[in-house]
Amino acid sequence: MRRSLVATHPSVLWFLLALALVTLGVTGLAEAGLISTSFVKTLGKTLCLALVAVAMDVVWGYCGILSLGHLAFFGIGGYAIGMWLMYVRTEEIVAVSLAAEALPPTPQEIRDAIGTQIFGVVGSSDFPWIWSFADRAWLQFPMIVIVPGLLALVFGWLAFRSRVTGVYLSILTQAMTLALSLHLFQNDSGLRGNNGLSGLQNIPGLDGIGQDRISIWFFWASAAALAAGYVFFAWIVSGRMGSVIRAIRDDEARVRFLGYHVESYKLFVFTVTAMVAGLAGALYFPQAGIINPAEVAPIASVYLAVWVAIGGRGRLYGAVIGAVFVSLLSSWFTGGGAPSVSLGVYTIHWTEWWLVLLGLSFVAVTLFAPKGIGGLFDRIAPRPVADRQGDYGPDAGAWRREEGEP
Amino acid sequence: MTALLEVSGVSVSFDGFRAINNLSLTIAEPELRAVIGPNGAGKTTFMDIITGKTRPDSGRILWGEKSVSLIGMSESAIARIGIGRKFQRPTVFQTQTVRDNLAMALKGRRGPREVLFHRATADEAARINAISAEIGLADSLPRIAGELSHGQKQWLEIGMLLAQDPRLLLVDEPAAGMTPAERAHTTDILRRAARTRAVIVVEHDMDFVRRLDCRVTVLHEGAVLAEGSLDHVTRNRDVIDVYLGR
Ligand SMILES: Nc1ncnc2c1ncn2[C@@H]1O[C@H](COP(=O)(O)OP(=O)(O)OP(=O)(O)O)[C@@H](O)[C@H]1O
Ligand SMILES: [Mg+2]
Repeated sequence: MRRSLVATHPSVLWFLLALALVTLGVTGLAEAGLISTSFVKTLGKTLCLALVAVAMDVVWGYCGILSLGHLAFFGIGGYAIGMWLMYVRTEEIVAVSLAAEALPPTPQEIRDAIGTQIFGVVGSSDFPWIWSFADRAWLQFPMIVIVPGLLALVFGWLAFRSRVTGVYLSILTQAMTLALSLHLFQNDSGLRGNNGLSGLQNIPGLDGIGQDRISIWFFWASAAALAAGYVFFAWIVSGRMGSVIRAIRDDEARVRFLGYHVESYKLFVFTVTAMVAGLAGALYFPQAGIINPAEVAPIASVYLAVWVAIGGRGRLYGAVIGAVFVSLLSSWFTGGGAPSVSLGVYTIHWTEWWLVLLGLSFVAVTLFAPKGIGGLFDRIAPRPVADRQGDYGPDAGAWRREEGEP
Repeated sequence: MTALLEVSGVSVSFDGFRAINNLSLTIAEPELRAVIGPNGAGKTTFMDIITGKTRPDSGRILWGEKSVSLIGMSESAIARIGIGRKFQRPTVFQTQTVRDNLAMALKGRRGPREVLFHRATADEAARINAISAEIGLADSLPRIAGELSHGQKQWLEIGMLLAQDPRLLLVDEPAAGMTPAERAHTTDILRRAARTRAVIVVEHDMDFVRRLDCRVTVLHEGAVLAEGSLDHVTRNRDVIDVYLGR
């Protein structure tokens, strides 16, 4: 009965094709030495941002929940992987240095030495409880999705149950994000305060392998995650689930009268997208090499919403386009790639003015092209306009609109 | 005929204004009932109370053989036990197709898990086809609901109501803005539905109500002013004063 996902949503196939081509192209260029390792990392990170943008689009563009906290879930995923990377990496270093001692070190000594190494910067050497799993990958890796998922579940349950919607909900998500980043900034948060976690680009067990290789592997992993995430969300937003989610966005009260428990659906979407955001973060931060509380600052989540808006919300590829386009442009402008513009009396340095430009583009898109960049695709395959404001009845003699006004 | 819904002594105030005042009403299954009354009489509020949108300050609302109280139940739970509603202004999901609108309303499991793994069956497709034929939208199934005319949206919403297969249908001004022919069609649909279910129709148009040919309840200032056949209530002195005579 049901046609396959690709048949009903040809854009999925096009997207996967484009992603495969990009992946092959970047791999080729990197092998040929035409693009630098750091640029490969930038591209890999961009794919992770695209993945979190797709998640954002599902929660905002499809379900209508303007969450300004999804980059916090992304950051939690980064911290979760970072703890493991840092622990195991430090363990390797400590093992080497302790091996020179006369007596072989006890496990406790090793653990203390690791603690001193990691927490020395915040004047401590004890492992906080949240590091309990950090030494074992099989326990720590699930935390990448479990912790963001649990946080989203608890937060969402409280917020949706009280029927907080619209701008109030957005403010609440910002408050959550702010609380999280303030907590992380504290030295006794157990995550090294504003130092964050660093050295994440060094993958344990891969010592002999250069960053040029590792960067390509991460790029592939990011592309694979984006492809899987895209198909997963395309599946969720198609079919009956997609119908209900979009209906909730358009008129949640009406959906209740159809017998759907709206809060459960919102909670499902909020939690699942938070988990995927965590996964994206876990792939992003090893490529960035460092994570600190500034990454989960409230403004970061606002940027995420801006990308999705510029790319075009309510269509998954729009979110990808927005994230890729804006984040690459942003690193070009802020990285000093863009030449300064001399106006005689004043010189525009893009590192300072980029945010202004971004803000103006956001306003322009909102006002003049509400469908975003993705809306350009409607010129190829037009979508029907869904708003008829003409006569009332279908037949001649039916009321005119003016007659019907109460 | 047994009582399906029993509303007794229900009152509700908005900022001190009594929109519903000690209202009592019983409806059997099957039954067709028309509710009429001047603007602001509380007809829509009455439906809001039954469907859980507005919580009454006092009174009882009992449902079904087991006399379950509806007060305090969530809107979605009330919908699931078998109360469907059509709104005064047609509210269909404008960005989705007629088919998707009907499919969403189709009776079935409503939990996120069932919905996520739901696969359309031939049975469902057949039901959607049957309903779309009944509401005269068989050719419009792939159309986006937002393109429909006002009258077609009214029908689509009635179709969604039928798709839910509720035991009680609450229909708020279904014929507003329709041509006489469309009105006649709407009456037919409602009368057919009322053969097996309880149907409460709110309508201003007297001809429409006459064609429904059923028991009529007149509401005024949140209370029942009169009840009986249309001829009976239109002869009632109070009804003439507050409603017909104006
Ligand atoms: N949520 C609310 N808050 C305040 N007042 C309300 C609310 N809902 C309804 N009212 C008031 O209650 C009264 C009854 O309104 P209701 O909509 O039920 O009337 P109605 O009989 O459906 O009228 P109409 O024929 O115009 O649809 C009106 O005076 C209305 O202003
Ligand atoms: Mg009304």
